[in-house]
Amino acid sequence: MSEAPRRDPRAEWILRNRLHPEHDVLVAAHSGPTRGPTGLLRKNPHAVGFIGPQGIKRIDRSAGLSGGASGLSSGARGRSASTEVELPLHRVEHPDFYVAVVVDLVAGRLSSHDRDILGQARILAKGSEEQGAVVAVALGEAREANFEAAGADRLVSLTELQGQSLSGYCPEHKLAVLEAVEAELSPRFWLFPDSIHGGADLGSRLAARLGERPAVHAWKVDAQQTVCRGGSQLTDWHRPTARVLLLAEECALPVDETRHEARPIELASIPEVSALIEDLGQVDVDPSKIALGEAEFILSAGNGIRDWDQFHAVATALGATEGASRVAVDDGHMPRNRQVGATGTWVTARVYVAIGISGAIQHLQGIGQCDKVVAINLDDSCDMIKRADLSVIGDSQAILGELLRLAEARQGGTGDAAIDLTEEARHVA
Amino acid sequence: MWPDSDLKVASLVSNGQHPKSGRSRRASQDARAVELALKMTGRAARVIHVGTGHRDSGLGQYLGMGLPEITLLNADENADAVPVLVDHLKGTDLDIVLTGIHAEQGEASGMVPYLLAEHLGWPLVSHIADIQKVEGGKAEVLQALPRGQRRLLRVPLPFIATVDNAAAEARQYAFGAARRGKLVDEVIDAPVDQARLEWESHPAKPRPKRLHVAKAKSAADRFKAATAKPQGQGGSVLRDGTDLEKATAIMDLLISEGVVR
Repeated sequence: MSEAPRRDPRAEWILRNRLHPEHDVLVAAHSGPTRGPTGLLRKNPHAVGFIGPQGIKRIDRSAGLSGGASGLSSGARGRSASTEVELPLHRVEHPDFYVAVVVDLVAGRLSSHDRDILGQARILAKGSEEQGAVVAVALGEAREANFEAAGADRLVSLTELQGQSLSGYCPEHKLAVLEAVEAELSPRFWLFPDSIHGGADLGSRLAARLGERPAVHAWKVDAQQTVCRGGSQLTDWHRPTARVLLLAEECALPVDETRHEARPIELASIPEVSALIEDLGQVDVDPSKIALGEAEFILSAGNGIRDWDQFHAVATALGATEGASRVAVDDGHMPRNRQVGATGTWVTARVYVAIGISGAIQHLQGIGQCDKVVAINLDDSCDMIKRADLSVIGDSQAILGELLRLAEARQGGTGDAAIDLTEEARHVA
Repeated sequence: MWPDSDLKVASLVSNGQHPKSGRSRRASQDARAVELALKMTGRAARVIHVGTGHRDSGLGQYLGMGLPEITLLNADENADAVPVLVDHLKGTDLDIVLTGIHAEQGEASGMVPYLLAEHLGWPLVSHIADIQKVEGGKAEVLQALPRGQRRLLRVPLPFIATVDNAAAEARQYAFGAARRGKLVDEVIDAPVDQARLEWESHPAKPRPKRLHVAKAKSAADRFKAATAKPQGQGGSVLRDGTDLEKATAIMDLLISEGVVR
């Protein structure tokens, strides 16, 4: 047999004919590199791309960069699944100075305000030729708080101090921790969120203790100059940058281009604290008196509710503020001031439970700022299910019945005081 | 139990301004502090103001709430109020000092109560909504939390408290009462706030709104960011199981989020 490559006209004919039954087999066999008659390596221009749904040949030239278009081509699908980009790690081994950020940790998470402050700290830390490190001070329980991505080089994290949990109201204990940080690291800047979640309070206390004059409600900060908003939002004060800064929301962009170490720092010693203020815990508030826009936990009813008495009972037992979709309000089951959505109230609840609400776009707009959405619905293809973090498919009446029983069993187990308070709340309601 | 005649309560008040027109008026949080003091001690409530006050400014409106007198510590506009107040409070026998959280004019840093607490060595409670009772030298204070929640605190007397907007609204003021009330002048020697004189004050500029700029490497990504409907990550969906299991799943989430206690 001669070594000369030979053509197979029949195979070539089948390769040209997409409708031939043996076409796929032969294409698969010929998909490797082919040699021409003279032994040259040949590229087959017809093998590039794929046939789109309309039967038209498509060539995807984005090389797997875009997630959307690659869904069509079977070749790129594998690549697009692993497009989680690893950000470059920013490492500070021997910092020249520190920038301390005391985060709020509302419900154990970094709020967007916290992230903005960490972004501002990043700017202050790299401002000059020296290199600073951002120290995040987290007092209290942290859950799902991704300090690495938020831009903290070092992390001081304490959940309790001298037997006192730092999650409640204990400004004296927290101040003692901050003083220990001051003694150990002496940060060049102290950054606090100017928020009602405790940041402004703690920052003012530290400023008074250190004898520093803080810049309050600062919204434009660099290493030299600060712009602060004055009283009634009517004046701007331009002043030299203070050492203690209480920063407004959206003062800087959050960190999103680098990863950071968040290396833990152990504080050497914290002096004994003798606290004068005693936290007796949260008081049960009648949830129906809380404005819908600022309620933390909303139980919302829609067209799927048949038994309204049961719904009210569940809301009372869980201590939730009641909301409603437009249909429920239009039908007269709920008052107008309880309507959630674009035409009603835009809610900011941390937990929103939607019962029998399919999720019209106006309603979904209204709950855009909610953290956790739970949906109970019969239809598993509705828009609310796509939005929800936990969806339960089933009959709302039966599930609410079980929920009511669980809530009542729980109240029975927590002691007499709690029962008395809820009884009282029920009378008020 | 209110009013309590043994209790000595003072409120520190400032001149307010209307947020839109800038017209002089009583400051809303300070007026709530006066209201709380009036509730606790009746007409024995003491009210202190540092500055150049006269009856036609916000001070008149405080007097119009039914106060017999306001102690006016006469100081220049550029004076530092803190040392003046520290001197005055040291010489006065008081149990509770109430203020607003922020002033409505000037720097509005809200630091006065903190500095007073630091200098006097008193505890400070911020954002209070009400004082429920005073018993055995300790007060039970209701603190306003975000989202309409309340927390109960116990503080030993004497203490300083800042009054939140959640406290009871101040009563209407009356013209006649404002004329009858007295402004008791005290001539004092107030130091000038030097640091503030070096700052510049401008009318507030609207803050730029944050734009959501899509940081995309390729044209296809930018196109997608501009057109694609934001998709939720897709939570867990419970289809099968008994009603009890489904209800338990919901209850577990509510408990882990801390909304059901």
